[in-house]
Amino acid sequence: MKLSILVNEGPYTHQAADSAYQFTKAALEKGNEIFRVFFYNDGVNNGTRLTVPPQDDRNIQKNWSELAEQYKLDLVVCIAAAQRRGILDEGEAKRHGKGEGAANIAPGFRISGLGQLIEAGIEADRLVVFGD
Amino acid sequence: MSEAKKFLYVNRRAPYGTIYALESLEVVLIGAAFDQDVSLAFIDDGVFQIAKGQDTKSLGVKNFSPTYRALGDYGVTKLYVEKESLAERGLTEDDLMPIIYEDENDNFAEKPSLIFVDRAEMAKMMSEQDIVLSF
Repeated sequence: MKLSILVNEGPYTHQAADSAYQFTKAALEKGNEIFRVFFYNDGVNNGTRLTVPPQDDRNIQKNWSELAEQYKLDLVVCIAAAQRRGILDEGEAKRHGKGEGAANIAPGFRISGLGQLIEAGIEADRLVVFGD
Repeated sequence: MSEAKKFLYVNRRAPYGTIYALESLEVVLIGAAFDQDVSLAFIDDGVFQIAKGQDTKSLGVKNFSPTYRALGDYGVTKLYVEKESLAERGLTEDDLMPIIYEDENDNFAEKPSLIFVDRAEMAKMMSEQDIVLSF
């Protein structure tokens, strides 16, 4: 089955972020196709490379980045939600004058518009939403 | 693109206090450009999102409620409101903003966008959707 995933809650605060990752990983291991994972609301905070969880805890951002590399996943962070929460890529950091090195988007993630969420719903057999 | 899918945006929370209502509306506005079959549902505290007379001055937060009244211009004309959620909060239909659209298939006659349904009807409408986005 072709699935799209929507993640609406932030890492460590809410189970939804972990559940989304576990579900996506399990779906891929069962041979399903993931069209796209879209991060919205506080879910965009899953995509910052500046996260530093304690060493004896899971690293949610790293888990996503590694899964993306392994399966060539399309991890998309909503630009509007990201900007108001301080998640920037190189282009956005420069455009808003945030200075050298301000970009914090994690490896394997990209920033794009909400249209990517609608497209993810249209193109997939199912859109699975993880939120509160 | 194949035929249009039925998209439902479920609004469950009060308009202020969390960002869910505003960011739901932002998806609706962007999604309107995709020519899909769009509906909105207002249940639980979500009914407050379309309440009349919202005033956010003392909150220091933007009052985005006028945007709901513009949804008709974006082709979003089906706003389902759950009767039980209104009653449980001491609200009536008169406490809500008049939200209308111009029906281009009927000589641009002004028609109400709000559709008042009971819980069972809401559940049935939800079960007929392809995509349900809950905020």
